[in-house]
Amino acid sequence: MRNTWIMWRKELNSYFVSPIAYFLLAMFAVVSGLFFWVYLRDFVEYGMEMQMRGQAIPMNINEQVIRPLLSTEGVIGLFLIPLITMRLFAEEKRSGTIELLATSPIRDSEVILGKWLAALTLYACMLLLAALNFAFLFKYGNPDWKPLAIGYLGLLLQAGALLAIGTFISSLTKNQIIAGAVTFGICLVLWVISAVGTFETSTWAQVLSYMSVLTHYEESFAKGVLDAKDAVYYVTLIFLGLFFTARSMESLRWRS
Amino acid sequence: MITVKELTKRYARNTAVDHISFEVGKGQIVGFLGPNGAGKTTTMRMLTCFLPPTSGSATVAGFDVLEQPLEVKKRIGYLPETPPLYPEMETGEYLTFVGKLKGLSGAELRRRVDYVCERCAVADVKNKLLGKLSKGYRQRVGLAQAIIHNPDVLILDEPTAGLDPKQINETRDLIKSLGGDHTIILSTHILPEVEQTCEQVLIINKGKLVATDSVHNLQNRARGAESVLVEVSGRNGTLDFVAVQRRLEQIAGVSRVVTKQNQQNRSSFEVESGKGFVRGDLARAVVESGWDLNELRPAAMSLEEIFLQLTGAPVDAKQDAPKESQ
Repeated sequence: MRNTWIMWRKELNSYFVSPIAYFLLAMFAVVSGLFFWVYLRDFVEYGMEMQMRGQAIPMNINEQVIRPLLSTEGVIGLFLIPLITMRLFAEEKRSGTIELLATSPIRDSEVILGKWLAALTLYACMLLLAALNFAFLFKYGNPDWKPLAIGYLGLLLQAGALLAIGTFISSLTKNQIIAGAVTFGICLVLWVISAVGTFETSTWAQVLSYMSVLTHYEESFAKGVLDAKDAVYYVTLIFLGLFFTARSMESLRWRS
Repeated sequence: MITVKELTKRYARNTAVDHISFEVGKGQIVGFLGPNGAGKTTTMRMLTCFLPPTSGSATVAGFDVLEQPLEVKKRIGYLPETPPLYPEMETGEYLTFVGKLKGLSGAELRRRVDYVCERCAVADVKNKLLGKLSKGYRQRVGLAQAIIHNPDVLILDEPTAGLDPKQINETRDLIKSLGGDHTIILSTHILPEVEQTCEQVLIINKGKLVATDSVHNLQNRARGAESVLVEVSGRNGTLDFVAVQRRLEQIAGVSRVVTKQNQQNRSSFEVESGKGFVRGDLARAVVESGWDLNELRPAAMSLEEIFLQLTGAPVDAKQDAPKESQ
């Protein structure tokens, strides 16, 4: 436990001494801020239009601003996650510092967990920065905080799963660019296969769409529903990703 | 302190380390000598639990490297060939991180960091980024990192590689001063380094242990035959090098004379002789025959030659002789 904490601090530290963390935070804040402005403008225009027509259509800020924005943030995250994970192991392998970790009295699992948690923490910081947008909604309106909290939980779980996959990919190569590109490809595939299920109803299409990381977010967390099935999906992916990373670290010793 | 029995590491196509057995006592400094690719690094990696052996066993401080790797890792300090440094960290920060990894904390950790900084002469770069340090400093920070938790056993893979002569001397002195408290295994392919720092030598070639001996014995064995480089020039502008060679061969005790270089009035020879050969005879013979003696120095015995000697293969003196100029 102590060793995981040490690794976590070291990793987080190296994110924040390099420009990468600031670049990611800035990118995420700018893009999600832009979408926030778009969704809020639509919401306000729609409301005014309804008022002018004298119709009393129920307006819901949770459904019309928060929900689409959280989904969009999930998609933006998909693009930035490879940039978070690509260096985790690839850099240690290239510079030889992996030898220091492997010959210190620390377990592989503690190294992996520390690194993954640091990546997750950086992602959480990105979400937190983008959450400033919602602070305005709470100041000038009264949205329900519970679906927002569940939405955030869903985003964290989704990112955790993708980060675990990225950690695994990073442990396979010495080359950060390869690690990043492959992770991005996998993220992209896991995202777009959800589209298959919308047009096809056969079993294989359903299976494919079930495997998509977005489906599990959209079907429950996005609606403010906490569904065990979807939470289990993410937790399983996280476990598998980290488990394979551990096997990959072990094989490094048998092979090299 | 270290016991290695029949240690073997086999890869798909080749055997990197082939049934090596040796023992190292407490507080000894042992030199691990061999040409590049002999299996030094692989053996060290097995001792540090970085690589698992294919067969055989190794115990460090009483713990088996396969059975109790965590216990072994607590008791060893390891400096790999390239120091494992994080370029984005400062020296002090890095040593603190490694100290924590090795299980130190609190006041003890701070005390050890200060101590190793002092000991390895890196205190003046404590607040510098590791990525900006020169090669010599990087190597010393690597050494500081290895001794931070005061380990029983120190394993150093070519600790002086890439340093300038002054730094090499400083590093050797440092290693020597660490002996006694720590059991040290260091690998190198430089013979004088072993002579200066180590008490015991393990010579490894192509994965096999060729010789285990004390430095003293090794030197005696290697100097069973002596060879001397002689440069002779003629007084009147020409020199009959065949005559010189013949004259040198006549000296009592000389077993072989090899012409190394030939210029118009100047020739150099490598003279091999049995033990107890007096160089004075050689000098006198040259001068009395009316030639000038330009140079007379013992030929440095290369590691290669010692290897060949130790493995019983014939010494080919021409092997690393400079190319004929004419």
